[in-house]
Amino acid sequence: MDDEVQPRSNEERLRELLVRGRAGDAGAYHAFLRDLSGHLRAFLRKRLARLPEDVEDLVQETLIAVHNQRHTYDATQPLTAWVKAIAKYKRVDLLRRRAACELRNESLDDDLDLCSRDESEAVTARIDVAALLERLPARQRVSIVHMKLHGLSVIETSRLTGMSEASVKVGVHRGLNALAAMIRNRR
Amino acid sequence: MRTDELIAMLATDVEPDDPDVVARRYATALGWGAFGATLVMAVVLGVRPDLDAAARLQMFWVKLAFPAAIAIGGVLVVARLSRPGMPLGLTPGAIALPAAAIWLLAAGALIETSPTQRMALIVGSSLQYCLATIPLLSLPVLAAVTWAMKGLAPTRLALAGAAAGLLAGAIGALAYSLHCTEMQAPFIAIWYSAGMLIPAAAGALLGPLVLRW
Repeated sequence: MDDEVQPRSNEERLRELLVRGRAGDAGAYHAFLRDLSGHLRAFLRKRLARLPEDVEDLVQETLIAVHNQRHTYDATQPLTAWVKAIAKYKRVDLLRRRAACELRNESLDDDLDLCSRDESEAVTARIDVAALLERLPARQRVSIVHMKLHGLSVIETSRLTGMSEASVKVGVHRGLNALAAMIRNRR
Repeated sequence: MRTDELIAMLATDVEPDDPDVVARRYATALGWGAFGATLVMAVVLGVRPDLDAAARLQMFWVKLAFPAAIAIGGVLVVARLSRPGMPLGLTPGAIALPAAAIWLLAAGALIETSPTQRMALIVGSSLQYCLATIPLLSLPVLAAVTWAMKGLAPTRLALAGAAAGLLAGAIGALAYSLHCTEMQAPFIAIWYSAGMLIPAAAGALLGPLVLRW
């Protein structure tokens, strides 16, 4: 992600993928997110050296933020600056929550660190989206499960559930926002 | 959940999005906010009765132009602060310039006036009233701009809140200037600025609490 290590062409390519994705090209958008996640991981690993077990969580949180805020990217602006600002914001947010957690649990035994995560699940993030999905209202959950997990289209989901196409879209949108909020509040 | 699963999930959500969303949100917010401020001013305070006569005076237009110019600068700054990683560039100058201009006018007016009269130019006859009313009239815009900002992604929350407050204060002052009968540049330079800075300070304090995403 750093300007000094990232060749100019990377920035150009990612930007083009994002612009195409925002216009509705799912393949380009998938490639954008996949490439971006690699850059984000490297970027955050350096900046979260003291909390290595949190890197993957933060990568995911930043990806969700990039997705939910993609309308705030101005195509004339360097993509690197935009993504970095989001990643840094999410990092500060995480550190602040962590500090607040440590303050709350100060009186507890020093060996029992409630604020760090279990090292054993280092490969995958701690976020269990399936469990979080259960807490969403039915319409949002159903829309997300059909469209996001099973890959159905809006029309197919609408036909399957009897919901209107508009409410499917709204359900997905609100559900993803609610998921992001839940993930944020878990720590 | 694995990151590649999350990516696959997000990648299916590719509704084409609105590239003009920032401009659209702020246009809506400022439209409603300015309407609210003007309505409250007209209904509760009343437009100054001598508006016709006043409109022939240069100072009336200066008094309107000052908060209007601050508001334009405020919009530029607020729009940039709503996008992650967008540099402010020269936009703060669009706020500083009208402020500098009114202070120059005020200094000129004070120099031309005899020392015994200067205090009257500064204090006017409605100081406390002006200081209380501009922040109150800024509330509709502050609420609307906060709404607009919450749908976007400010990353410097205190600064974004301060800019939103200043923008709201400028629109509040603009509405107030149609009611207020003070016509001295020093009064406007000091107390209109102070009236705008109160919501700006409130915004700086509230931003980190309200604007998080």
